[in-house]
Amino acid sequence: MPFIPHTEQDVTEMLDAIGVDSIEALFDEIPAELRVKGVLNIPDGMNEMAVARLMRERAAGDATGLNFIGAGAYEHHIPQAVWDIATRGEFYSAYTPYQAEASQGTLQLLYEYQTMTASLNGLDVSNASLYDGASALSEAVLMAVRAHRKSKSKRVLMPSTVHPAYRAVVRAVVKNQGIEIVELPYCAEAGTTLISELKQYEGQDITALVIPQPNFFGVLEDVDGLTDWAAANNAIAIAVVNPMTLSLLKPPGQWGQNGVDISCGEGQPLGIPLSSGGPYYGFITCKQAHVRQLPGRIIGRTVDLDGKPGFALTLQAREQHIRRSKATSNICTNQGLMVTASTIFMSLMGAEGLERAAAQSISNTQILADKLCAINGVERVFAGVNFHEVVLRLPKPVAGVLEALAERGIYGGYNMGTQYPTLSDCISVCATETKTAADLDAYSDALKAVLA
Amino acid sequence: MSNIPDTLLYTSSHEWVEVLSDGTARIGITDHAQELLGDMVYVEVPEVGDEVKSGEECAVVESVKAASDVYSPISGVVVAVNETLAENPGLVNGDPYSDGWIMRIKIADQGELEELFDAESYQDVIDEEDH
Amino acid sequence: MSTLIFEQSRPNRIAVAQMASAVEVKGIPAALRRTTRPLLPQVSEMQVVRHYTRLSQKNFSIDTQFYPLGSCTMKYNPRVCNSVALQPGFAGRHPYAPDTSGQGLLASMYDLQELLKEVTGMKGVSLTPAAGAQGEFAGVAMIRAYHDSRNDTARSEIIVPDAAHGTNPATAIMCGYKVKEIPTKDCGDIDIDALKAAVGPQTAGIMLTNPSTVGVFERNIKEIAKIVHDAGGLLYYDGANLNAILGKVRPGDMGFDVIHMNLHKTFSTPHGGGGPGAGPVGVSGRLLPFLPIPMVTKEGDKFRWLTEKDRPESIGRLSAFTGNIGVLIRAYVYARLLGREGMERVAEYATLNANYMAAELQKAGFELAYPERRATHEFIVTLKKEAKELNATAMDFAKRLLDYGFHAPTTYFPLMVPECLLIEPTETESKDVLDGFVAAMAKIKAEAQQDSSLLKGAPYTLPSRRLDDVRAARELDLTWKAGNVVS
Repeated sequence: MPFIPHTEQDVTEMLDAIGVDSIEALFDEIPAELRVKGVLNIPDGMNEMAVARLMRERAAGDATGLNFIGAGAYEHHIPQAVWDIATRGEFYSAYTPYQAEASQGTLQLLYEYQTMTASLNGLDVSNASLYDGASALSEAVLMAVRAHRKSKSKRVLMPSTVHPAYRAVVRAVVKNQGIEIVELPYCAEAGTTLISELKQYEGQDITALVIPQPNFFGVLEDVDGLTDWAAANNAIAIAVVNPMTLSLLKPPGQWGQNGVDISCGEGQPLGIPLSSGGPYYGFITCKQAHVRQLPGRIIGRTVDLDGKPGFALTLQAREQHIRRSKATSNICTNQGLMVTASTIFMSLMGAEGLERAAAQSISNTQILADKLCAINGVERVFAGVNFHEVVLRLPKPVAGVLEALAERGIYGGYNMGTQYPTLSDCISVCATETKTAADLDAYSDALKAVLA
Repeated sequence: MSNIPDTLLYTSSHEWVEVLSDGTARIGITDHAQELLGDMVYVEVPEVGDEVKSGEECAVVESVKAASDVYSPISGVVVAVNETLAENPGLVNGDPYSDGWIMRIKIADQGELEELFDAESYQDVIDEEDH
Repeated sequence: MSTLIFEQSRPNRIAVAQMASAVEVKGIPAALRRTTRPLLPQVSEMQVVRHYTRLSQKNFSIDTQFYPLGSCTMKYNPRVCNSVALQPGFAGRHPYAPDTSGQGLLASMYDLQELLKEVTGMKGVSLTPAAGAQGEFAGVAMIRAYHDSRNDTARSEIIVPDAAHGTNPATAIMCGYKVKEIPTKDCGDIDIDALKAAVGPQTAGIMLTNPSTVGVFERNIKEIAKIVHDAGGLLYYDGANLNAILGKVRPGDMGFDVIHMNLHKTFSTPHGGGGPGAGPVGVSGRLLPFLPIPMVTKEGDKFRWLTEKDRPESIGRLSAFTGNIGVLIRAYVYARLLGREGMERVAEYATLNANYMAAELQKAGFELAYPERRATHEFIVTLKKEAKELNATAMDFAKRLLDYGFHAPTTYFPLMVPECLLIEPTETESKDVLDGFVAAMAKIKAEAQQDSSLLKGAPYTLPSRRLDDVRAARELDLTWKAGNVVS
């Protein structure tokens, strides 16, 4: 019996102690007609050797190509030490740190994480993480509605340059809470959200404005102008950012005159494997004034009975296990293990490591875009400034090109047409610091051949 | 035994009301309520100008282990809130009937005061709960 | 507290081996650039390794201690589940890489969907919810979508027993419903008369855990299902306690329309210090069109993800990509290791362990909250006598247990049982460990009889003594600032 340590003698002694004659007797309160009849249609158990082999064979055929896709998940170098330490049993197999005295390792690490994340965003406080970037944005929207007591409209302006999947998740989450999401069009030349588009909303009751940086096209938005617009129109400003880029870009806490109120995003670029989409983690940070509206776990530093510093979960009365139907959110967990890895990652990389990885990614993407645009019929779509991702127009149907590239071992980018009908002949490409000059050549050679 | 001053009026949800001579009333939570909740860590007060209705939520008191809504004992408009609670929520524990007050409202309907308990009947409410 | 990583930082110290080569940043306007560096430490690789290794040693965990947290199913996490998930083919694959490059993964996800359908007796499963609470959200959102699709829009209430997990009412509110609480009787079963009085044309559904949060099997579940269904409502199953009935009873056979499973409990994926979890949802036939996307389908011998286009009535996406794939792989490996027979044994031995501990604690003089009931995979001890007579509360016992090398059970939940410990040993613990825990409880009680102040000071042997929660909440210190010293 896998993972069950009982000997026959143990079982006999235990049944005697309980006063029943079989394990079956312990299920006597379950009505007989509900019991499973016959056997479940589930395969027989396998030993570890057999399972490991099966899964090794399945993994061997997967993801063998060179990856040039970004679109919300980015392939960066992850130092070996990150996951070696994060998967130590003491981190890996611990639960939420309810018993603070027996969880000081996780709690101190989370306090360090909160410090790093708040600082990266230029804001006062951070929680201990949410599920992913899309859930973080959804929670940020709900938080803005709670925090903005004067706004009755529950209208949130959402640029269409925000990741399409994030917008889909926000819609699914807020749908039943009377919140209206108004999508803003983007400028077809620049690939950014224009402040002139916001004019029509001036003087109206707007609860919040979402501001992406870089946006889904990889283009930098006029974050100062957008943040100031929100402030001037009494709307909460919500930033949704890529944390790796914040090593070089102005942090949301410094956008415009007074900074944004809430900043959130996807933590995956900081030490989390791509893993077909998860588990990742979402981060959310805010100004001190909004701390009681922040959802999820928060760790605070305090003292113990001897007056020595230590850490504990705090502000728990906001949470569902106490506040029940009046909780800030139904969220219980954070993404503890992901944040453990990410904190180790940020410590190893430091500010300089992040800057170098980000700068090299920008440089590689620029070089790649130049190489690809040298191919007849391939061109840049937007005139705005790119970070480490760029949208390109192709002279042949996109799906076929991406398929042909994949056959040559290149995952060539994200098919923009799946979410933006007017960009049906476009892809977005990303080349992080993990790509060598030879990799960039391999891509451009392959595309040349496919388009020929 | 918790402290129940004779001069105040009470609700079954453990708020107290002090009727002042200028047609307003001060409102807070009782000594019994603060004992049940434990050390207060935060008090969310309404905003001046808010309209409150008898029996409706008007504030939240929060301890480490619980968060509890405060229900307005009577209807009216909030004319003052205890700003010092933001810095020092422990006043609700230390001095619930005086420095630990939560809000002052302009009484809309004097008749509603008739519905409240006096000290003796409030004591009965507490005794009832203990059984 | 260990020295913070920031306090070990020195200017210009870097972990060179991890750095990309430095290149100049071109093209980004100065107005958009950062001018001051974020507060990240400047430390060597060895410092980082040593610091976080030492921090890990300050944790209790399943790998190091007995961890009988009720309602959390802290069973052994097989190591092979982790190593399989971290293989490059799985861990290195981009979520938007073509489905053709992920057939091994998709085959495993498809198998897992089928396997979960079978063990729960549901008609369809979506793996995408990232945690139990997100699964709950998906479930209630589907209930809503179902009523809406029939233009049955007067249904505004979700019924929740007073003993339910706090997530249940919080979720109902997130889905735009009002919550109606119904009481639990002294025997632990739901008050059927109260339920009959509560249902009506306004009832959208009921959220139940079975076995319930008080550690007993709800015996009237068939009748409850009939009452709610007759009123036009649907039944939601909170899978927190699925470990107790795995292979014995299926939620689908009990009449539930929608369930979520906590794979980080029943299927033994790591809790990771509070996540990531995975909360797949399963549904009966009438809710199939509403399942959240993406889901895996099999066409011939190929697998692919189903999206918005394939499933227009879906409640939509809950995460940007596919959900917690890495967790799902771990759960799948665990399920294959167990197989059919292993899965049936889970409930049997989890139940044996819980009933044995309950019996032994009762013999040692502790009071069970539901002594006349059979324990399921967990049970409740109430220490109200000890609190009253010895001034030793559930919290005091919990903290003193830490000194004896046991993680504390869940304390003060469910809220309606005073001074309670909710104890869930799981099937992977041996009799010796359970005996050790019972002996420690008896010893703590003896200590309290001698001098209860000993318990008030516990723990004594851990990295921290009892922490000041009140100060933590009143004087918020949530991030470190240079020069900020706590005293």
